[in-house]
Amino acid sequence: MALDKETLKQFLDTLERFVEQRLRPLESQVGSEDRIPDDVFEEMKTLGLFGLTIPEQYGGLGLNMSEEVAVARVFGHTSPAFRSAFGTNVGIGSQSLVIDGTQAQKKHYLPRMATGEIIGSFCLTEPDAGSDAASVRMTAKKDADSYVLNGTKRFITNAPKAQLFSVFARTNTAVKGARGVSAFLVDAASDGIELGPAYKKMGQQGTYVCDVFFADVRVPAENLIGGKENVGFKTAMKVLDKGRLHISALSLGIAERLIKDCLNYARERKQFGQPIAEFQLIQAMLADSKTEAYAAECMIADTARRRDEGEDVAVLAASCKLFATEMVGRVADRAVQIFGGAGYVEDYGIERFYRDVRLFRIYEGTSQIQQTVIARDMIKNG
Amino acid sequence: MKVLVAAKRVVDYNVNIRVLSDNTGVDLNNVKMSLNPFDEIAIEEAVRLREAGTAEEVIVVSVGTSACQEQIRTALALGADRGILVETDEDMQPLAIAKVLKAIVDKEQPSLVIAGKQAIDGDNSQTGQMLAALAGLGQATFASQLVMGDGEATVTREVDGGAETITVKLPAILTTDLRLNEPRYASLPNIMKAKKKPIDVYTPEDLGVDVTPRVKTLKVEPPASRKAGIIVESVEELVDKLRNEAKVIS
Ligand SMILES: Cc1cc2nc3c(=O)[nH]c(=O)nc-3n(C[C@H](O)[C@H](O)[C@H](O)COP(=O)(O)OP(=O)(O)OC[C@H]3O[C@@H](n4cnc5c(N)ncnc54)[C@H](O)[C@@H]3O)c2cc1C
Repeated sequence: MALDKETLKQFLDTLERFVEQRLRPLESQVGSEDRIPDDVFEEMKTLGLFGLTIPEQYGGLGLNMSEEVAVARVFGHTSPAFRSAFGTNVGIGSQSLVIDGTQAQKKHYLPRMATGEIIGSFCLTEPDAGSDAASVRMTAKKDADSYVLNGTKRFITNAPKAQLFSVFARTNTAVKGARGVSAFLVDAASDGIELGPAYKKMGQQGTYVCDVFFADVRVPAENLIGGKENVGFKTAMKVLDKGRLHISALSLGIAERLIKDCLNYARERKQFGQPIAEFQLIQAMLADSKTEAYAAECMIADTARRRDEGEDVAVLAASCKLFATEMVGRVADRAVQIFGGAGYVEDYGIERFYRDVRLFRIYEGTSQIQQTVIARDMIKNG
Repeated sequence: MKVLVAAKRVVDYNVNIRVLSDNTGVDLNNVKMSLNPFDEIAIEEAVRLREAGTAEEVIVVSVGTSACQEQIRTALALGADRGILVETDEDMQPLAIAKVLKAIVDKEQPSLVIAGKQAIDGDNSQTGQMLAALAGLGQATFASQLVMGDGEATVTREVDGGAETITVKLPAILTTDLRLNEPRYASLPNIMKAKKKPIDVYTPEDLGVDVTPRVKTLKVEPPASRKAGIIVESVEELVDKLRNEAKVIS
């Protein structure tokens, strides 16, 4: 669905205010307590955030890509942990089902995902299958009218809170690569599932990531996504194209936040008798950050629009993610520099963003994997 | 019972206001406009009354240009049931707005009218009081708590010395203070539903109200910019400067 301009503006204005007035004052608390308060969670549900990208017929808001990136960008104006709370339901945790699920599967799960009653997680990465995701070793063996899953999934976002896992496992062990992988919907309460302890992370406190262990977990055959074996890796890649744009927009939002913080600080902080914003070496950093953020803004808007028009944007989305996530890394680094000592200590929140944004260059495909995707396409298609 | 809520379109509280160079007013070009924050509290209170079953209908009214529809839509998204726009390009002063609201009160016969204690543009704090006088109704201004009773309302008011609790007979006019409630955020489904809610449009002439401005603005000036401070070395120097330079002590 494409919203009319006025409705979208009103929604984005509301979210901007929610971010500004409700979430920003909690940033340092969430950072130190490693926890998003329950009432914030509930307010996010009421706002409809868990259902942003779930089709309207299943109780969601059915935002298109351009609208979704606009929302992600707004949530970049505060700590990314808040976005992550509903992020998997908007992205990787629900989209396998939205994109490739059968009607019956969608009907069963999506309405409760749209309200946030069910939290979804995406289980692709394994201890021995990270960037080389097509090499997943987890097995799914057909047994009468169910599949039996065995293996370990690593670094799974929101797993400690999830009720539903989208799991990628090998149904054809004779094939080593992508073509032997299928996607399943697995109830997190199934017998045989165990969670590892939550990892202690460099940043993004308030979000949880852990390993998920599967030992003879029985999944009804009707939970094979789309009802088709050995096409699961394609599903994963479609989900990731969308996720990469979302992460790009989030990176853009954070860059905007940091640029604003930098500008305010540089105007106020005085050295050598004048605001540091008067020094050209500081101005160069401000200008570079602004320009790079604008470049990302244009790339994301263009790719999102083209995806909404039905174009295959896999390579463009990889370019967006490569540029936007590296960009926000540079912007955060300059922010620490502009703030000087104040950028390095906890009090100003700049060092927290610096740590938070580091993840964007790693998950949903590292920068090197994006480069590989782009270059391979160049070589193949000229 | 019906609740009527007044909603004004004002410059957003985050905007840095600039005075026009010819000193005739403030620059409203390309400035972000919002719903007056006190009116948002008024809407929240009315919607809570409806959710509690005390009120059946919440009507939101705005007086001003057609752009005020935007603020009415915001109020509808927050839960008001229908809107009324009294459309005029005239510079609307508190007395004129109060007269228009009086006409709407006559038309709709609400049991309770809730308005902000002031609008953050002119900071007049007059409209609610004038409306009460024109309509011959009781008023409870600067409310920080509202308890509805049988044919009356008990209201805690924020006054200079602390809190004052009064009861007013209904129908009455209430104006909201900051601590009355914390307004909710509109969800996208509610923003979309709000688009289908009706807004009736009248002109002041339709209502038989003369809105010609009565007060003429002579000049608008920004507050005098403050001179840079100085750091004094000692208490003696401070006292000396207060006495001989600032001349605030003798
Ligand atoms: C906080 C967090 C949350 C996560 N959430 C999820 C989740 O919800 N679901 C999920 O499935 N996964 C998740 N992941 C996993 C994440 O997607 C992987 O960590 C990521 O894809 C990289 O895999 P890896 O860690 O195994 O690194 P590796 O693949 O081992 O990479 C190590 C280094 O080698 C480089 N490299 C690898 N292959 C190549 C190549 N062909 N050419 C050049 N360089 C290469 C990489 O770029 C990297 O620099 C999460 C990870 C983290 C840290």
